[in-house]
Amino acid sequence: MPPIIALDCVAAFLLVAVLAVVLAKSTRASRIVYGATLLISVVAVSAAGVQLAASPWEMTLPLGLPWIGAHLRVDSLSAFFLAVVNLGGAAASLYALGYGQHEDAPGRVLPFFAAFLAGMNLVVMADDAFTFLLAWEFMSLASWALVVSHQDEPANIRAGYIYLVMASFGTLCLLLAFGLLAGTDGGYAFAAIRASHPATYLAAAVLILALIGTGSKAGLMPLHVWLPLAHPAAPSHVSGLMSGVMTKVAIYGFLRIVFDLLGAPDWWWSVIVLVLGGVTAVLGVLYALMQQDLKRLLAYSTVENVGIIFIGLGLALAFRANNMNLAAALALTAALLHVLNHMLFKNLLFFGAGAVLAATGLRDIEQLGGLIQRMPATSFVFLVGSAAISALPPLNGFVSEWLTFQAVLLSPEIPQWGLKLIIPAVGALLALAAALAGSCFVRAFGIVFLGRPRSSAAAEAREVDRFSIAGMAVLALLCLVTGILPGFFIDHLGPVIQSLVGGQMPRQLSVSWLSIVPIAESRSSYNGLLVFVFIAVSTSLAVFGIHRLASRAVRRSAPWDCGFPNASPTTQYTASSFAQPIRRVFGSTVFRARETVYMPSPGDSSAASFKLRVQDLIWDFLYVPIVRSVGFLADRLNYFQFLTIRRYLSLVFLALVSLLLILAIWS
Amino acid sequence: MMTDLIVQGSQMAFVLVLAPFLTGLSRKFRARLLSRQGPAVIQPYRDLLRLLRKDVILAHNASWLFRVAPYLIFAATWVASALVPTFATGLLFSWSADLIAIIALLGSARFFLALAGLDIGTSFGGIGSSREMLIASLAEPAMIMIVFSLALIAGSTQLSTMAGFMLSPAIGLRVSLGLALISLIMVAIAENARIPIDNPSTHLELTMVHEAMVLEYSGRHLAMIELAAALKLQLYISLVICLFVPWGIGHADASLISYVIGAAAYVLKLAIAAFLLALFETAIAKMRVFRVPNFLGAALMLSLLGTLFLFVSRSL
Repeated sequence: MPPIIALDCVAAFLLVAVLAVVLAKSTRASRIVYGATLLISVVAVSAAGVQLAASPWEMTLPLGLPWIGAHLRVDSLSAFFLAVVNLGGAAASLYALGYGQHEDAPGRVLPFFAAFLAGMNLVVMADDAFTFLLAWEFMSLASWALVVSHQDEPANIRAGYIYLVMASFGTLCLLLAFGLLAGTDGGYAFAAIRASHPATYLAAAVLILALIGTGSKAGLMPLHVWLPLAHPAAPSHVSGLMSGVMTKVAIYGFLRIVFDLLGAPDWWWSVIVLVLGGVTAVLGVLYALMQQDLKRLLAYSTVENVGIIFIGLGLALAFRANNMNLAAALALTAALLHVLNHMLFKNLLFFGAGAVLAATGLRDIEQLGGLIQRMPATSFVFLVGSAAISALPPLNGFVSEWLTFQAVLLSPEIPQWGLKLIIPAVGALLALAAALAGSCFVRAFGIVFLGRPRSSAAAEAREVDRFSIAGMAVLALLCLVTGILPGFFIDHLGPVIQSLVGGQMPRQLSVSWLSIVPIAESRSSYNGLLVFVFIAVSTSLAVFGIHRLASRAVRRSAPWDCGFPNASPTTQYTASSFAQPIRRVFGSTVFRARETVYMPSPGDSSAASFKLRVQDLIWDFLYVPIVRSVGFLADRLNYFQFLTIRRYLSLVFLALVSLLLILAIWS
Repeated sequence: MMTDLIVQGSQMAFVLVLAPFLTGLSRKFRARLLSRQGPAVIQPYRDLLRLLRKDVILAHNASWLFRVAPYLIFAATWVASALVPTFATGLLFSWSADLIAIIALLGSARFFLALAGLDIGTSFGGIGSSREMLIASLAEPAMIMIVFSLALIAGSTQLSTMAGFMLSPAIGLRVSLGLALISLIMVAIAENARIPIDNPSTHLELTMVHEAMVLEYSGRHLAMIELAAALKLQLYISLVICLFVPWGIGHADASLISYVIGAAAYVLKLAIAAFLLALFETAIAKMRVFRVPNFLGAALMLSLLGTLFLFVSRSL
């Protein structure tokens, strides 16, 4: 009976959350709690895997609004996201078995961690608007509590505040979207919404609201501002969950509303989604390239990957609006595969950042360096994650981007001119984002793990514990497996795709040699397994041949460095100097980057200085004015707080009269 | 099946053997154009053998990545170039990676090369890696756009199918094809660190990119990297040949004679390409590094324009 297990798992998570409150003082609390969440997550993953191809499972609980009850339903889409959520949860729990020991106040983390997992599971299972929003808010609040769990740092409190504001705004938009969907009859159950077909303008409004509501949680630009503040503020295993998993729950929300509840799309919907996705992908990775805080860099890279996923979703919408079901299936498969892939490598990278943080106490990459010598296991898995997120074959990131490119190549068949012009441009943006991601992660890995240590903390780092390494190693292995056997995952996505766009990619596992063939073999095919085997064989051939036939002698000496080796580690390239060429090319417009160099004149013994100023234009030109005007209005409204009773009464009277007037004119 | 395997195997050996020859030939042409005698055409082979026999001198703080990277770079480049048709299309494993995957394989090689540049922690290594990644982040999207143009014309991203289409009468003179060719040559120059982007024959020049990254390498490691660089140059030239001048290339299941003709035609085209490369390199001055983005931006825009044309009309 797998379906009911999903619900039991939510109950078990909640139970663990309560238990964690009781246990918080105990020294073994974190081991017990994370062990329990690991167990529950593993059970939930297997239940979700079974449910993926099964017929939907429904249930109504006598909770929630009295005349509706809480509807729960696990269809293939929910099952896929349940698998993603709980796989991420399992990895995070395994990692936290070790990493959680570093927590000073586990009581602030443990209960919310379990509650957060429960919330995410519940969102994916909800089958009516009320339950969905309740679970959504529960998830937001639990993650907010985790963001502010290290409350001593003022930056975390600010991050928590901005997160709370943005999350409320997002939920408000979703509330309105569901309100419009449910209509005046209040049919909040998803089944009722699915049956009613909203008018065109209503559907458009719902699309925009859903895009804002889910996009703000997923980190779509320009609603991403909270994400690079809040995700890094939480403990690292939670950062991984927020970036790798919670953004995926937001994407689930978008899929559920736009692909499932809203019915047939208009073609211009996809234009909005594609443009937002493309801009988000490129700007996200450019911002990531400018960061010095390792975890913030990863958070911006999440923004980029969400952009890539939305490009896939936009393509799927465009194809579906033109009844090109096979092409829509390809684009949606690419997007969903990237959902899984990004969960895998982003969790891995955040865990790696957490390991670095635990070993050195540092998040600033300018202070790190040379960790490959001190932390070999962590550096290896971080390298796998970096290569995977940079879309390098034969790892998994490449497969989903390759599928997205293949979907782009199908788009000239689309008749609308707007799409014909936008899709190639978005394709170029996607290619640019992928290439910049490579730079970004060469920089991240190269500055943190390679070179010479830039601080004593980095020089004295110690490898982290076995649980942390196990958590990361499992994810690294999954990155490789998804990369070399993508056909298995694509086939299992089949029922999900079928239910959403009414078509699915051809069965991949029956293709010879386990290749993936999106449409036809003469058109395009890719075989990660063979590429992996070829690289492994030719590497070993080269190593064996050369060591056997030529020389294998090694001498150690000082570095050559063109004859001018400098002993000081400060002469190495830093993270900001690594990014300088890219900053020069893109930065002057995108970030208004300004570099000021002060060189003392000859004979002057004062120190030279270099100042770099990088601005977030979206924050400066969109949010600062909003914050200012809200502040201004609040100041004005403050006047009403200190009135006499006489004035209050006359205000009430005036309000009543004007309302009556409006009513009179209205009717 | 057996013949296919032999063709695929000989293709792998063929590119490996021929790559240093191409480098030597272009150096020879260049020297002659500059009225110098120049080293023998087989000098790159001698260099490689000499390097292979020498000890590796490693910096004290070199990590395992530094020692593994040359082999990975070589392997990724070799696999990529083994999948680009040279003397025959319809290679046995050509379906295991299409053109996008081949580009991405080269991206993998570059990723590890740039990391190796950062490993020792010298300023030269850093400068090389940083600039290489700048060039890559503009050249790669341009390359993907070129692939888009060609794939939209040929209806496939599979190199064998594309080369077959280019040989068929269905192809004609197209604007997008011309744009793709210009853009592909620009990208190839940038990717292979040739003049005007980078100078392959200098050390200790402030604008050097590729040579700065591999400065710390010696012995067999350096040999692997040099061979990979030669393979990459050959790969790009093969790409231009098989997509734009595929005449004479043998088909799958062809007779031995046609394979021989294909190989002869290929070597001839390679020699012509080496001459043109040398001619171009002697005729032009090296660019400042911060003008490189303009050069590559132009390549990106040309290729994007080509793709847009094809979205507007399939016959452009």
